[in-house]
Amino acid sequence: MKKHEEILNSEEFQTLVKKRWSVSLTLTLIMLGIYFGYLLLIAFNKPFLATLISENLTLAIPIGLGIIVSAWAMTGIYVYWANNRYDNTVTEIKNKLNQK
Amino acid sequence: MILLDSPISTIGQTSFVSIAMFFLFVGITMLITYWAAKKTKTTSEFYAAGRSITGFQNGLALAGDYMSAASFLGIAGMVALRGYDGLIYSIGFLVGWPLIMFLIAEPLRNLGKYTFADVVAFRLKQRPIRIAASIGSLSTITFYLIAQMVGAGGLISKIFSIDYTIAVIIVGIVMSAYVLFGGMLATTWVQIIKAILLLGGATIIVLLTLSHFHFNPLELFAVAANQNGLEVLSPGSYISNPWDALSLGMALMLGTAGLPHILMRFYTVPDAKAARKSVFVATGFIGYFYILTFIIGFGAMVLVGKETISVGGTDTSGNMAALMLAEVTGGSAFLGFIAAVAFATILAVVAGLTLSGASTISHDLYVNVFQKGISNEAGEVKVAKRATIGLGILSICLGLLFKGQNVAFMVGLAFSIAASANFPALILSILWKQFTTKGAYWSIIAGTISSIVLIILSPTVWKDLLGNEAAIFPLKNPALVSLPFSLLVGVIFSLIKPEKEAQELFEKEKIRTYLGIGAE
Repeated sequence: MKKHEEILNSEEFQTLVKKRWSVSLTLTLIMLGIYFGYLLLIAFNKPFLATLISENLTLAIPIGLGIIVSAWAMTGIYVYWANNRYDNTVTEIKNKLNQK
Repeated sequence: MILLDSPISTIGQTSFVSIAMFFLFVGITMLITYWAAKKTKTTSEFYAAGRSITGFQNGLALAGDYMSAASFLGIAGMVALRGYDGLIYSIGFLVGWPLIMFLIAEPLRNLGKYTFADVVAFRLKQRPIRIAASIGSLSTITFYLIAQMVGAGGLISKIFSIDYTIAVIIVGIVMSAYVLFGGMLATTWVQIIKAILLLGGATIIVLLTLSHFHFNPLELFAVAANQNGLEVLSPGSYISNPWDALSLGMALMLGTAGLPHILMRFYTVPDAKAARKSVFVATGFIGYFYILTFIIGFGAMVLVGKETISVGGTDTSGNMAALMLAEVTGGSAFLGFIAAVAFATILAVVAGLTLSGASTISHDLYVNVFQKGISNEAGEVKVAKRATIGLGILSICLGLLFKGQNVAFMVGLAFSIAASANFPALILSILWKQFTTKGAYWSIIAGTISSIVLIILSPTVWKDLLGNEAAIFPLKNPALVSLPFSLLVGVIFSLIKPEKEAQELFEKEKIRTYLGIGAE
């Protein structure tokens, strides 16, 4: 238990927790921004979304599909970050715990 | 471009293929249930499949849990009749998933055991939290279940031309059998098979549809615009009031992160890493599915025609659009296949809901409230199984009771309660050190009650259903008010009287939350 407390107070652990939330809260805010921006656009500027970008394609369609793609991309970015950075630090901390 | 003649539909006629497919699906899933039953003895096996599901499998199962018949048939129908507007709805259903990933999945997996209440109760007082969380969970599940059962009964009686009552009873019995005998393991595999069938079936419809348009979706959009006007390609009347849009958007996005049957799935994987992977996989499949339904909707609009889909304007939901399109593009055998897939979809979703309801009753209420946390494995599984039977009977009764009623608003209500009762408590307990038992308790109660009261006063119920002249509450979905209200209640009650032990435990639990040490 004492070891646990040492870890909790270690700078390494505290940076890890801080970093974790700064990454995930940033991504959350971006996702909220994209989605509510889209809704506001629909609510207040329908003509903009109805703009034709080619003969039979409105701006609304690529924007809508783009949101789906951005959801994929952002979950992908998070997994990539967590698998490489976050998990490595966790392993390091755990190793130290076992050595002591 | 040759357009197909308006088809004489065989929907509703007894189709050999659909019945054969249906029995094949039930047969295979029952075999799986039999296999799973032998591996389902302990509580961890019953509730969480012994944590033996891989990240990829759980991703598919999450997608299976989430892609209901309502979203398959309903959204395709919405696109077919209203064009672009259906996509707005789909996007709302998808964007909650990244938030589950960023905020919930890993802490939930590390801190909890079987239900999301485990996480909220971790550093707070067990009894009050379990009681409140059960109220939040069970009301979400019940409203969702009513919508699913009524939809299922109507749909199945239409597709297979059997009596509504019989359809509801069949669904109730088959899904209870999965849960009762096979627990989470059987339920998970039912979800996986259903997800593969649904994604495969929808992909085939899309390919068959696009084969009429040189595999170019732009050509499909062009024909749709020529036939029905260019406005089908951009947002129409669906969102006219911006506050309505924001409120619904909030409910869909944050409600997804508070659905008990979705949250429960994260306990079926071995660790946080697998939980993370499963959200990525689920987001991928669900997003792909919504792109398919968008094309299916336009396909139906063009190849079947709005007039036929709405049966001359009598059916404004367009629920049959995807099935009609399947028949037009693939013949009656293919229609039979897709009808059976729709049935499988319904069964899987209600099974997931029932399992999560049963675990709330046995794990949260029976063990942690009535038994004061002293669990005996065999006893707990027995209670969970009894709860399953009870919920099976309840869902049949609810399905029959609400027959013919307009229950579409209940999905919105379920999402609103999930967003306003479950989500705030969960996120505050993960992120906020000062959160207290009283804060959590009253926040969940406030979110549940305000959602229910406001939806009764909303235009959907007060005006359209109860026939009053004007609604007392102006928004169709309450989340815009009920969610901030619940958060506010949680914060105020926590600040009034700090809970010292909870704050100390918050620091200690970090080792489990972030490193997974001690996670079950």
